[in-house]
Amino acid sequence: MSRFRPTDEKQLVDIVAAAVAGEQPLEVVAGGSKRGLGRPLQLPHTLDVTGFSGIRQYEPEELVLTAGAATPLTEIERALTARRQMLAFEPGDWRAPLGSSATDQTLGGVIACNLAGPRRIRQGAARDHFLGVAAVSGRGEAFKAGGRVVKNVTGYDLCKLLAGSYGTLAVMTEVTVKVLPAPEATRSVVFVGLDDARAVAAMIHGLNSSHELSGAAHLPKVDGRARTALRVEGPAPSVEARSAALCGELKQFGAADILGDADSVKLWTAVRNVDPLAAGGRAIWRVSLAPTGAPAFLAAVRGALDIDYILDWGGGLVWLAVQGAQDGGAGPIRAALGGRGNATLVRAPLALRAAVPIFEPLPPAVAALTARVKDSFDPKRILNRGRLYPDM
Amino acid sequence: MLMPEPDAAVIARRSAIATDLRRLCAAPDAVIESESERRPYESDGLTAYHALPLLVVLPSTTDEVSRVLAYCHDNALKVVPRGAGTSLSGGALPLEDGIIVGLSKFNRVLEIDFDNRCAVVQPGVTNLGITNAVQHAGFYYAPDPSSQIACSIGGNVAENSGGVHCLKYGLTTNNVLGIEMVLMDGTVLRLGGKHLDRSGYDLLGVMVGSEGLLGVVTEVTVRLLRKPTTARAMLVGFPSNESAGACVAAIIGAGIIPGGMEMMDKPAIRAVEDFVHAGYPLDVEALLIVELDGPPAEVDHLIGRVEQIARQCSAVSVRVSNSEEERLVFWAGRKAAFPAVGRISPDYYCVDPTIPRAKLPDVLKHMAELSKKYGLRVANVFHAGDGNLHPLILYDANKPGELERTEQFGADILKYCVEVGGCLSGEHGIGVEKRDLMGTTFNETDLEQQQRVKCAFDPDGLLNPGKMFPQLHRCAELSRLHVHHGQVRFPDLPRF
Repeated sequence: MSRFRPTDEKQLVDIVAAAVAGEQPLEVVAGGSKRGLGRPLQLPHTLDVTGFSGIRQYEPEELVLTAGAATPLTEIERALTARRQMLAFEPGDWRAPLGSSATDQTLGGVIACNLAGPRRIRQGAARDHFLGVAAVSGRGEAFKAGGRVVKNVTGYDLCKLLAGSYGTLAVMTEVTVKVLPAPEATRSVVFVGLDDARAVAAMIHGLNSSHELSGAAHLPKVDGRARTALRVEGPAPSVEARSAALCGELKQFGAADILGDADSVKLWTAVRNVDPLAAGGRAIWRVSLAPTGAPAFLAAVRGALDIDYILDWGGGLVWLAVQGAQDGGAGPIRAALGGRGNATLVRAPLALRAAVPIFEPLPPAVAALTARVKDSFDPKRILNRGRLYPDM
Repeated sequence: MLMPEPDAAVIARRSAIATDLRRLCAAPDAVIESESERRPYESDGLTAYHALPLLVVLPSTTDEVSRVLAYCHDNALKVVPRGAGTSLSGGALPLEDGIIVGLSKFNRVLEIDFDNRCAVVQPGVTNLGITNAVQHAGFYYAPDPSSQIACSIGGNVAENSGGVHCLKYGLTTNNVLGIEMVLMDGTVLRLGGKHLDRSGYDLLGVMVGSEGLLGVVTEVTVRLLRKPTTARAMLVGFPSNESAGACVAAIIGAGIIPGGMEMMDKPAIRAVEDFVHAGYPLDVEALLIVELDGPPAEVDHLIGRVEQIARQCSAVSVRVSNSEEERLVFWAGRKAAFPAVGRISPDYYCVDPTIPRAKLPDVLKHMAELSKKYGLRVANVFHAGDGNLHPLILYDANKPGELERTEQFGADILKYCVEVGGCLSGEHGIGVEKRDLMGTTFNETDLEQQQRVKCAFDPDGLLNPGKMFPQLHRCAELSRLHVHHGQVRFPDLPRF
């Protein structure tokens, strides 16, 4: 059992090459904040990549930032905030629900897990902002893909494969992301007391309006009452006009409150960090599905399980906290989903994480292609073996 | 341009293969064999290159695509997928011993789902056809390549097409939710759907922009967006390329992301104004079109701010559209830039790098020197928002050697753009056109890793060979691990 901590690419290449030659799998770790995410690993060696840290280049006018993959997210966000910019995909911080004691998460970790917060509906996920990468493959070869410009179709988009690969294809050393201006002002239009179906209807109404929502979430239990929140962002005159217009256009859903900047930030931070479900030891699921399917899905799941939940992405993302089910609810949840989306087990006790497919099982043809893609980067299955799927 | 050597034995079997393929497709006209009917398929939008395909097959169903590909796979026949054939990089350039699989019969919009803000369409539907199908309800499909009347959504997926609104609304890859596709061996896969997050590797993400080398797309689920209520455009003239470039940086630096931001240099302005009479100022060195779109309150507010920034950047003329009609006139010139240049020159050649915006004046200066060196004129249109530059080199294909000189000029421009931190292609793809320049951006290891991904999808290398990669490697050779036997132990490094 060894822990390697390379400080440059050459050392990293040597370590991975040796691991390949000796067929010794490595667990790739930086901040460790998401160690509780994915299938539990018991690998002989740890590859600590915290040495690949620091902002290398940040050009606000070009809307690009290049940094070591293990750069702490707070460092990135501090630099961006100073220039009134942001990571528009608004990654959540799941340390609380995951019970992680890590001091921070890293930019590379956020990309490797393809995180996305409430702004996903407007700006996409980490994958949509991931422009370029330098990495060492599971073959022990340093390679790069993409570039440092926001529009680039030169070669295959390997960045897309690495985003969401949970470190199973390559060890990223340096990443380039697209950044965007932070909104000047934020307002949240909040309706009270809607049931699931009415809440989803209100969110669809808002999303299909011309008011360019950057968030649409439903929290069924805040101080005992349901809250449905629609977010608008932009220059001050714009958010004033749009939030007022939304109240009018959605008056069939009742009178709405309008939250200002500070309350909005508080609300949407809670949504993206899954705060309402974090307490207790319940299994937490993250379910991506077509927004209109959410009410029926919830009804089916509620028939079989004791759940708490919140909705994000206008109903397209369902967070579930499941109490007391043997399989953490995997059976009923995946049955209710019926393949029309995917369910990921985000938090569960170790034994359950080892027993239940954490990620939505893939159809056979997709699973076979997935395995071939894994082998094209990592033929000996050295990197994070088993993190996504058994033996892979 | 060196393409894989055609296999004479395959060409000799043309009619036997045609007979086999006819059995796999229901429509009587699905297989095109006669030379005169194959002729229209001999090139795509990159007309400098052409080759007569062995055969053309036009399947009507996913099942037929699957059977045709499986047959070609089993018989080691090369396949070139083709959408509308508007590629500017030769992505659909045929092979003399290869079969064109055309998706033109896949021309139906299958489902429009406004509540989930998406549409399911067949790959042969045109880009504009999607918008046309949904605009009655106030929706549209955002990526808008200039060829949108003709280009197909399947081709957009293959090329990761952009357009003038990319900076704010993204490229194809950011606007596609799901596909159905067929692998070279006939396997049918569905990736994604109406939901936003997919599980496992982002195979859809790597399919988008794979230029027909990984699979054939047979269905596409795209995101729909609500059409912005208001759009207003500004025409801003500058005394120099530098001041126009500085203005673009200042606008973005101020936190404003315009729906579109286009720049033209003096030769482009002149060609366009002579052609369209859009009222562009002729006494400026550079012209910027800035379009703000969104809710009226926002647009009016931002127009004021952009005007202020432009004045600070020494703009010599600023006009703001006050009606939809006037906005369209502002755009008419930009949209006609290619034909306008076509009018003043027998031929033109379009290059497609993206550069860091700050390097624009530098790149334009270098280009002017190259223009002198090669004795060829060049006009520039520039997606200034996202840094995607389209130099149009003016030439005459009938003059011996001029095409070769033009291509050399184009290659020199691209090399310089890569040197200053840009890339070879922002939206047109590599295809055959820029294939041999891939080495300017990627080293051999980078390219080998890309080709290994290709092997995962198409181990026999039968799909669209000769495109994107300067050298073809066998998958067996690529998958070999170079293990140094003396080095099996972990290196002597700090362990913790």
